[in-house]
Amino acid sequence: MSAVNLRELTRRDNPLCEGHRMCPGCGAPTALRQAFMGIESPVVVTGATGCMEVSTTVYPYSAWRVPFMHVAFENAGAAISGVEAAHRALRRRGMFRDGIKFVAFGGDGGTYDIGLQSLSGALERGHDITYICYNNQGYMNTGAQRSGATPRSASATTSPAGAKLPGKLQKQKNLTEIAAAHGIPYVAQTTLHNPTDVIAKVKRAVETPGAAFVNILVPCPLFWKIDPADQTRICRLAADSRFWPVYEVICGEYKLSYEPKKPLPIEEFLRPQGRYAHLFRAYAERADLIKEAQSDVDSDWERLKSRCG
Amino acid sequence: MILLGREKPYRREMTSGNLAFAEAMRQINPDVVAAYPITPSTEIPMKFAEFVADGLTDTEFIAVESEHSAITACVGASVSGARVMTASSANGIALMHEIFPIAAMFRAPIVLGLVNRTMGAPLNIHCDHSDSMPERDSGWIQIYCEDAQEVYDTVLLAVRLAEHRDVLTPVFVCQDGFITSHCYEPVEFLSDEIVRNFVGTREPFWPLLDVDVPVSYGSFVMSEDYFEIKRTQLEGMSNVPRVCGELSRELAFVTGREYGAVERCMTDDADYVVVVMSSAAGVAKDVVDSLRGRGVKAGCLRVRMFRPFPYDEVRDVLGDKLGVAVLDRSVSPGGAPPLAAEVRTALYDCPRRVPVASYIFGLGGRDFFPADAEMVFEDLAEGRSGFAGYIGLRDKYARGRRAV
Repeated sequence: MSAVNLRELTRRDNPLCEGHRMCPGCGAPTALRQAFMGIESPVVVTGATGCMEVSTTVYPYSAWRVPFMHVAFENAGAAISGVEAAHRALRRRGMFRDGIKFVAFGGDGGTYDIGLQSLSGALERGHDITYICYNNQGYMNTGAQRSGATPRSASATTSPAGAKLPGKLQKQKNLTEIAAAHGIPYVAQTTLHNPTDVIAKVKRAVETPGAAFVNILVPCPLFWKIDPADQTRICRLAADSRFWPVYEVICGEYKLSYEPKKPLPIEEFLRPQGRYAHLFRAYAERADLIKEAQSDVDSDWERLKSRCG
Repeated sequence: MILLGREKPYRREMTSGNLAFAEAMRQINPDVVAAYPITPSTEIPMKFAEFVADGLTDTEFIAVESEHSAITACVGASVSGARVMTASSANGIALMHEIFPIAAMFRAPIVLGLVNRTMGAPLNIHCDHSDSMPERDSGWIQIYCEDAQEVYDTVLLAVRLAEHRDVLTPVFVCQDGFITSHCYEPVEFLSDEIVRNFVGTREPFWPLLDVDVPVSYGSFVMSEDYFEIKRTQLEGMSNVPRVCGELSRELAFVTGREYGAVERCMTDDADYVVVVMSSAAGVAKDVVDSLRGRGVKAGCLRVRMFRPFPYDEVRDVLGDKLGVAVLDRSVSPGGAPPLAAEVRTALYDCPRRVPVASYIFGLGGRDFFPADAEMVFEDLAEGRSGFAGYIGLRDKYARGRRAV
């Protein structure tokens, strides 16, 4: 996708309009606006409860230029299933337009954790939908609690770093792999390191018939404790340190979309973030945990590389 | 007005409550059905899946992975503009609970076949009303059917009632698990043509799928506006008695069977009346007949519509009685049983105080016998009121013939 296209896309009305109430520097609206740039067709959107849903629909306003529905926290997958099925049924009766695309989004809490069953059901049934997870690695709407997506050693409000415990003890689950294990035609993982990548992946996701899943790592400046202006920089560090590999699984075929030429040590990604500050305290540096983080990254990367053939 | 077609207008078959529900669904041919198996309602989606597999409906049937997803998919489809139906029982209803008020507030006219089953623990698959009663404040219409014929007729009615623009409120069509859902009895089915003429097709308001007129559902609303929005939902419920009356008369024009919010059996001149719901009314009405034969002025009031509750009708029937017994098939631990509480509320505005005796019966599918109903009438003749005990229980708190 050329830079000229990108300029054009930014001038077009985005389904998610300006003036919503997400925080400055939050990666979630950036991710969704980029995602919608990849969708040419009319679109109907459902969202799980979370920051995005709450902050874009504060009554009497709505930031959605397209039909939007929020039902509850754990069921965005089921909600979009019902909408997509209704469209098929009602088209047979000659109602509504052809070629509508169906997009559900949820944060990592609503996708990795409480919404996993509903997501899995939707993927298994093969609805013609795209599910986008905006993954900031914790429950931000309720105030930075740990989720199944929170990485090891991150300090979250329900896994705080204290005198005894060094933040979260467990590794994050790999939801992209879990989604791919459903055998759906398109699964992708990306971040905000490069806008054309999100656009291209979501375009492919919606244009692939059947269920598609896209997992986008996005920073939450409040939880990650970074400067809001560093949104893109931190995402580049996530990709360049191989903390967050950028890849696709197209009908079971793994394909790396981005391979850093000189991978950065994980420390470069961890150090700028306040949620890891306890690993870098003067005279109390936790070299052991930094090393563990590096070995988590390395083993995941090796496994991914072996799948990429 | 219903146009009678060339098909034979009626056929009579031996069937069950579940199968009558499923047959009504086939004839209604809803746009979307999303369902999950649970005893004793499983037969409904099972039979309906057969209809879909045989190409007898155009329905999008979604066999979801949980009841929570079943009702969520129903909400998504209903808000989209589709005619939507599902069925469930007990724990399935409890798992759906979170979504029921959302469906009601979205004004999503879903029709749900609720086959009553007790809530565990201990695990039990048989009938009582402990699954539907906790949903009485969820904003759904609740109609309790006595037999399979009434289930069939009520499903047809419920589709029109739910979708009526003055109502736009989802409906539970309740029947007693196993007692009604699995027992075979003769049912008169209308022809497909008559049913389709009666139910018509849904004309949705503000459908989500209209991409040319985008709307947002499920917004975030703070205290400044929530209360006003919630009140508008209650208007739909308050229009139910009028609309339901109109639709019941329209349906009765073809079926010859008209149902009100309550069913009165020998209540006009009765001294003593038993108030009961669903299948147990059959037993109570039989006993009324036999007591009348012995000169006892007994009557039975069956409450068919529990939400909205027919306070006026109940007061009109019971206001001048010497004694009233209310039989609840569920308990509210630490509080009044749900039906008894409503009946007492209805009677509070009577100029004369009517004694009300409250009983619990039939929990976990415990049978309710004619002798039990007779005992209740004997209690009333003795002037019993207040909490009067547990019918059919076997321990020392029992009332009736199985007492130890």
